[in-house]
Amino acid sequence: MKVIVCVKQVPDTSGKVAVKPDGTLDRASMATIINPDDKNAIEAALALKDQTGCETIVVTMGPPPAEGMLREIMAMGIDESVLISGREFGGSDTFATSQIIAAAINTIGIEDDDIVLCGRQAIDGDTAQVGPQIAEKLGLPQITYAADIKVEGREVTVKRMLEDGYMTIKTQTPCLITAIKELNTPRYMSVGGIFETYSKPMQVFDFNTLKDDPLIELDTIGLKGSPTNIFASFTPPQKGQGEMLEGADQKTVDVLVDKLLAKHII
Amino acid sequence: MAEFKNSGENMKDFKGVWVFCEQRQGELQNTVLELVSEGRKLADDLGVELAGLLLGDNVEGLAKEIGAYGADKVILCDDPCLKDYTTDAYADVICDVIMEKKPEIVLIGATNIGRDLGPRCAARLHTGLTADCTHLDVETSKYVDFLKESSTLDVDQMVKAGRIKMDDRNLKMTRPAFGGHLMATIICPRFRPQMSTVRPGVLKKGEYDEAKAAAVKVEKYEVKTNELKTQVVEIVKEAKQLVDLIGADVVVSVGRGISKDVEGGIKLAEELAEVLGGVVGGSRVAIDSGWLTADHQVGQTGKTVHPKLYIALGISGAIQHKAGMQDSECIIAVNKSESAPIFDVADYGIAGDLFKVVPMMIETIKAAKAAK
Amino acid sequence: MDFRLTREQALVQKMCREFAVNEVEPIAAEIDEQERYPHETVEKMRRYGLMGIQFPKELGGSGGDTICYSIAIEEASRFCGTTGCIISSHATLCAWPIFKYGTPEQKEKWLRPLISSTKTGAFGLTEPNAGTDAAGQQTIAVKQEDGSYIINGSKVFITGGGVASTYVIFAMTDKSKGTRGISAFIVDKDDPGFSIGKIEHKMGIRGSQTSELVFEDLHLPADRLLGKEGQGFKIAMTTLDGGRIGIASQALGIAQGAMDQAVAYMKERVQFGRTLSKFQGLQWMIADMETKIEAARLLVRRAAFNKDNGLPYNKEAAMAKLYAAETAMDVTTKALQIFGGYGYIREYPMERMMRDAKITEIYEGTSQVQRMVIANNVLGK
Repeated sequence: MKVIVCVKQVPDTSGKVAVKPDGTLDRASMATIINPDDKNAIEAALALKDQTGCETIVVTMGPPPAEGMLREIMAMGIDESVLISGREFGGSDTFATSQIIAAAINTIGIEDDDIVLCGRQAIDGDTAQVGPQIAEKLGLPQITYAADIKVEGREVTVKRMLEDGYMTIKTQTPCLITAIKELNTPRYMSVGGIFETYSKPMQVFDFNTLKDDPLIELDTIGLKGSPTNIFASFTPPQKGQGEMLEGADQKTVDVLVDKLLAKHII
Repeated sequence: MAEFKNSGENMKDFKGVWVFCEQRQGELQNTVLELVSEGRKLADDLGVELAGLLLGDNVEGLAKEIGAYGADKVILCDDPCLKDYTTDAYADVICDVIMEKKPEIVLIGATNIGRDLGPRCAARLHTGLTADCTHLDVETSKYVDFLKESSTLDVDQMVKAGRIKMDDRNLKMTRPAFGGHLMATIICPRFRPQMSTVRPGVLKKGEYDEAKAAAVKVEKYEVKTNELKTQVVEIVKEAKQLVDLIGADVVVSVGRGISKDVEGGIKLAEELAEVLGGVVGGSRVAIDSGWLTADHQVGQTGKTVHPKLYIALGISGAIQHKAGMQDSECIIAVNKSESAPIFDVADYGIAGDLFKVVPMMIETIKAAKAAK
Repeated sequence: MDFRLTREQALVQKMCREFAVNEVEPIAAEIDEQERYPHETVEKMRRYGLMGIQFPKELGGSGGDTICYSIAIEEASRFCGTTGCIISSHATLCAWPIFKYGTPEQKEKWLRPLISSTKTGAFGLTEPNAGTDAAGQQTIAVKQEDGSYIINGSKVFITGGGVASTYVIFAMTDKSKGTRGISAFIVDKDDPGFSIGKIEHKMGIRGSQTSELVFEDLHLPADRLLGKEGQGFKIAMTTLDGGRIGIASQALGIAQGAMDQAVAYMKERVQFGRTLSKFQGLQWMIADMETKIEAARLLVRRAAFNKDNGLPYNKEAAMAKLYAAETAMDVTTKALQIFGGYGYIREYPMERMMRDAKITEIYEGTSQVQRMVIANNVLGK
């Protein structure tokens, strides 16, 4: 059995977000982190490793410096890593991204008792689409929003959260599961892990590695292979200085509630 | 699948706007009615039919409600295997119907189910999907108006430079990104259908129309069932636990200002929190005086919160308190003293007696919510 | 020459920072207020290898170096002086002398559990009448015919006393030989004749327990002797050399933590219509604080580097501890001043940081002792 975890390196949007005058994000000035939901997926993989002794592999797509993140993840305990990197992959939307990652997972090889784990969504795009789309491309059953995962042999039982409760879902490996923060508390790197991480295997998959996979064509990956395009991007109106509403009577309250409604705050 | 062609010349074959009508235990999700109301406008702009796509077991009775909010017809996929949502059954059926009937737009509520289903279908259909949209336009003139209102872009210049073409008929799907720091409008110009999941609670639900409810056509679609790879063991409904200050979307906090009637003040805060689906917090004074337990404390020694809405009642806004709440998305402060420092960080301030203002807020918000 | 951390050291720093923010900071005020030893944090630190950073993997350690060890203490101390003290006293004062002077059997029996199991360690040298003058030991160990020892006496101000399960203690085996008559022993908390005396209430590092150790006919088998008979004073002094790097790192962390708080506060606090950061008088304070902290950090890292590379570090460790401790006291005092009244109340961590800073000028050799060590190195004894 092996567990493949898909992760993304993202700008830390919880801190100060820098936007350039043209309305695009100033990524260079922002710290990068492991996407938070992906950390829960990593922890789930490590918990399965603790439980079963299975092999664990982390996969990411990004520029070469993403190696730093992979080393951190291996310092947490993941056994090996794959960095998908290449000019041809740039500009991919979720559809194209999932083609590429699915091809990479095919290259690693999926066996009957394997599990693919993803975070629910990344904090830069918040789409939650790549996990299910990888599952579709690989023909695997998917369970999203996992708050609990139990694996016994090939049987997988997941508590899948809904807005108003949860479902318990059973499926068989191989399957793909997306993790939410309720699933677990991610561990830290360990000092011992840090001193091992640079001797753990890391493979780089570029276009040539993946080009023979049926999912990979120049018109199914990268900007050209992305069905969606950005039409415009802009910063939402800046938070104003704040205003004192006139009076303190029903009229004042009506004005307030109208403003909240108009801004979709309530 | 080879016969399903959805790009280039074949895009012309795609007609009509569809809304996925998510039901749970035989009840339509609220967001469906918002989507039907919005879908109506898009269909009118395009001059095409609006259809609701309804999957379930014995759910034909829901068709009227979908019609009442503007759907011309409901495509009904009724089968015991569709009783509860499973990704495989729903995705199989939906992709089959879409491939056969070829809609140009498919809207799905961005619920935990919609966000599971949408990407799976879009990947299979080889088309684009835009997640968690908050604004949709087909008509470019309407989109231009929207941009003028909600961005600082020089829209006229963009039109003049040809960056926005007024005859563009693609669905323009606008959504927040980077935690809301950036807005992006996405199009899917080369493939059909154009698919979008839409954030619940953002678009406006229209009026229930009795005549339309009666007029809705029901078109039954015969479901071909495949073997399912996943099975639902149980579905459990549970109310959200609302004690977690840090995870709460709305926090209503009280401070020294409630001292003349502590019980009454807390009760008002609780009522206001309940109406808004939030939790009650307190300043250090409220905790040190024993009015609330320590786990309610917001501020330097308490918790740091960043809810969508923070309401400070009778809190002066000492620096220790501000440290715990000033990053909230929207802050409302009610305080007797006009010079209270809390007003420096508030988006909206009301200088007045909270015991008079809050009851009005509760009633007005209740009424506004009921009207929605 | 390269002042940068290695890639592993940089990751250790990142990891310790995350750990400190999530696990150490949230309870720092509480353990201070309640004088509570943070067992849960210690357990977590052990799981992540922070209680045995500088020991080899064969013994259950993390295989790190002294720089990593120093970084871990610095990062924890930025938020909580107690936690920094716990790492330091456990790893350098108890585990290290067993690692350095223990027999293979002693390492297996006593060191491995300290590093990788649930045991923590402490160090017992100071006595009521033997503080800075450590040579004046009044605890007596009498060798029996079978080679075992009977020990009588007491120790005071023992960091970890009562919470630790393993102690390295010192006693006179031959009074006539002065410092050459002192020997070191390993004591288990359950040894008959060993007990915990008075638990002290302290000004700072209040989450770390400090107590008296009492030996009443404490009977130790021969295999508890650490090193050779008469080697105790040397063991104590070399142990304290390493310990000073730990305390210097703790002081550095406390100073850095106070600095971080002061900088954030100055950017936010408005008086006379401007943030405090715009006042030149305060800017100059910040410049001096930053310079001292950076100088202290260089001294600490240099001492750790020397230790890792087999170079002399007796003087370097003393200088690092002296300078970092005095910097901690100075920086916490100034940072508290920047906070004004808010610095003086317990809602903010400034007064706790100032209280925690003070001990670094006292334990494991007062600043006066460090000056003696430095002067002796420079002038020759």
